[in-house]
Amino acid sequence: MFAYLIRRTLYALPILIGVNLITFTLFFVVNTPDDMARMHLGSKRVTEDAIDKWKAERGYDRPLLYNQAESGAGQLTETIFYDKSVRLFAFDFGSSDSGRDIGADIRQRMWPSLAIALPTFFIGLLVYVSFAMLMAFFRGSYLDVSGVVLCVMLMSISGLFYIIAGQYLFSKLFHLVPVSGYEPGLLAWRFVVLPVAIGVFAGIGSSSRWYRTIFLEEINRDYVRTARAKGLPELTLLFRHVLKNAMVPILTGVVVVLPTLFMGNLILESFFGIPGLGSYTIEAIQNQDFAIVRAMVFLGSVLYILGLLLTDLSYTLVDPRIRLS
Amino acid sequence: MIQPVILWTDALIFLLVFLVIVFAMYASRYEHLRAPWREVVRSRMAVASLVILSVYTLVGLLDSLHFRKALPQHDGQQEEQYDGDVLSVLDEILGVMRTQEEKSYSAPFATHLYTKDFVVSADGERVRTFPRLKYGGASLDDPVTEAWPDIRHRLIVAFVQTAGIALLLYLVLGWVLARRWRSSVGQVLADLGRGRTDIPWRTAFFMLSCVIFLVALIANMSADWHMMGTDKVGQDVLYQSIKSIRTGLVIGTLTTLVMLPFAVFLGMMAGYFRGWVDDVIQYLYTTLNSIPGVLLIAAAVLMMQVYMANHPELFETMAERADMRLLFLCIILGITSWTGLCRLLRGETLKLRELDYVEAASAFGVSRLKIMVRHLLPNLMHLVMIAVVLDFSGLVLAEAVLSYVGVGVDPTTMSWGNMINRARLEMAREPFVWWSLLAAFGFMFTLVLAANLFSDAVRDAFDPRLRAQR
Repeated sequence: MFAYLIRRTLYALPILIGVNLITFTLFFVVNTPDDMARMHLGSKRVTEDAIDKWKAERGYDRPLLYNQAESGAGQLTETIFYDKSVRLFAFDFGSSDSGRDIGADIRQRMWPSLAIALPTFFIGLLVYVSFAMLMAFFRGSYLDVSGVVLCVMLMSISGLFYIIAGQYLFSKLFHLVPVSGYEPGLLAWRFVVLPVAIGVFAGIGSSSRWYRTIFLEEINRDYVRTARAKGLPELTLLFRHVLKNAMVPILTGVVVVLPTLFMGNLILESFFGIPGLGSYTIEAIQNQDFAIVRAMVFLGSVLYILGLLLTDLSYTLVDPRIRLS
Repeated sequence: MIQPVILWTDALIFLLVFLVIVFAMYASRYEHLRAPWREVVRSRMAVASLVILSVYTLVGLLDSLHFRKALPQHDGQQEEQYDGDVLSVLDEILGVMRTQEEKSYSAPFATHLYTKDFVVSADGERVRTFPRLKYGGASLDDPVTEAWPDIRHRLIVAFVQTAGIALLLYLVLGWVLARRWRSSVGQVLADLGRGRTDIPWRTAFFMLSCVIFLVALIANMSADWHMMGTDKVGQDVLYQSIKSIRTGLVIGTLTTLVMLPFAVFLGMMAGYFRGWVDDVIQYLYTTLNSIPGVLLIAAAVLMMQVYMANHPELFETMAERADMRLLFLCIILGITSWTGLCRLLRGETLKLRELDYVEAASAFGVSRLKIMVRHLLPNLMHLVMIAVVLDFSGLVLAEAVLSYVGVGVDPTTMSWGNMINRARLEMAREPFVWWSLLAAFGFMFTLVLAANLFSDAVRDAFDPRLRAQR
């Protein structure tokens, strides 16, 4: 087990290096730091001095990969590649283009993100699984068919619609919760309720339908038929046998996203003005703050790889037939 | 005179249409390829959504034939000068809807602006009131009492026209089917009416009638009314929604066109050759997959924006620039979305290559390339087909989200995402401006729902596993 974990972690390294190379190419080779400086400084008639100053302030004034002016190890370390990309491996995110400390920002902003993402995830899982089981229990009946039709309808509606409609109904029309904003501590629930509800509701269509197929696949298995033939009531069958076995694909499917919950939900957070990592990313994209985007890309892929690792582990936990080797 | 303009996405769209036609002709020659499609069109849901999808496609194709109009000639001018605006055939068909711009917001079927403004009244006094619209209901003397009778009259006219056309369509359909089935017209019409045909023609006919009614409605109303109101700069919202169809379709289909070669080629290579080829390809897609999709797209689009801002000389007209951005977005989306299908195809190829018929082929000395193309690829096509139709709706929805994030299509391109984004900025406004949002969501919902229902039918027909279950 331990050896497996180490091997997987080592296997993650080349992937992270790959991610880093991709972002490095995108951000520094496709467009030179000069281009970025011009973009930020705006006007066409920008002086060379201004560009140089902008670059120097943000550490973009060094060579990309190899610094001839330095000696020894400095030839490699005094470069943009080392400073901006290699350091990410130590989770040293540096400072953003507007001069803020990205690492501190992330630590501070992950809590509001989690306050939205965790409840959405767990309540969502509960709701989707229950709804899917309901449809599976009444399979073939009108309830099931209309449930599926409802799911298809719900998943055909843009997620933005749920947010806008929800905000309009509950905040503006009924004044039940504030339109947007956030405050730390326990009082946050007033700001969290609506985004969580909308986040859960927006996922009902696709998730429930997907889980329903998993349940149906399981219900058609031989062991279920045998159990039914032995005279087990349908409800016991569903909860004791089908649910347990269907949880294997469901759990392993959702474990991947568990770490990425840290990154927050981009759209929900920015609509509700929640100061989480999602809105942080969106702001960075809209302000064209490349340093933050780079950091978030790296963080995102680390979390995704962690998710893959957790998936493998969860297989062994829920399914004793699988052994890691 | 006009000068035809072929934008990049136009060319690719027509290439795609050409490929689809070639594939359809190829498939119609083989029974095993025809059978699943026949099963698809037997489903009523599939036929209904197919009608909707065809209408959207038709609008999209009409909107992909671009040209520039010549400017009026001055005396002594040798060369012809062309207008900077790139129009499409659809613009010509929609006619006045494009040009009849109000001053600002107006509600659907409104005769007055939504906001107050200073107007000089008849006796020369400046009054702050809701001004009359320039075009919406402009022919009416007293809008309060005459608006509804006018709309009602147009509704009735549209209905009568639809009834006439639909009746004609019904008879023609009956006659054509009767000739094909070598049966009497009366018998066929009766079967059609009771829905007793093998392919649900009645459903198709009903959906088509609905579409005809909508077209008749637009034809009757749009010259004198803004059926969906107008937006901030006074442009007709219905016109915007119709123009946005092309953007949605381009993103949904061209992305697939970009993605497919990667997914199919790499997936088959990995599964068939195994060993280091497999390792490299697996590494490639795990790496790409591990970057959060929105962020990778955002990073790439940001970089493209910088590039375009620094190289304005590459684009002759605004339309070309916007088009380039649209194409680039498709390419980026394609690069980020091939991984799923690739993994699927790799797994399936791994399974297929162990089968006897492949082993027999290689024992006969058939080259590897030939085995892949002739023996493996046809058996993977159902997976490809399912993936293509399933991805489509997701991509249409993704466009709206990306436009919201600010990394979607060019702000000058008409798209549902841009409409929603602009309307969202006005959400704080009292009273609420809802029609832009509703129109964009409605058009998007119809397309995505039709695509989802259609893809369900396609999946049911093509997936052998599902077939065994039933």
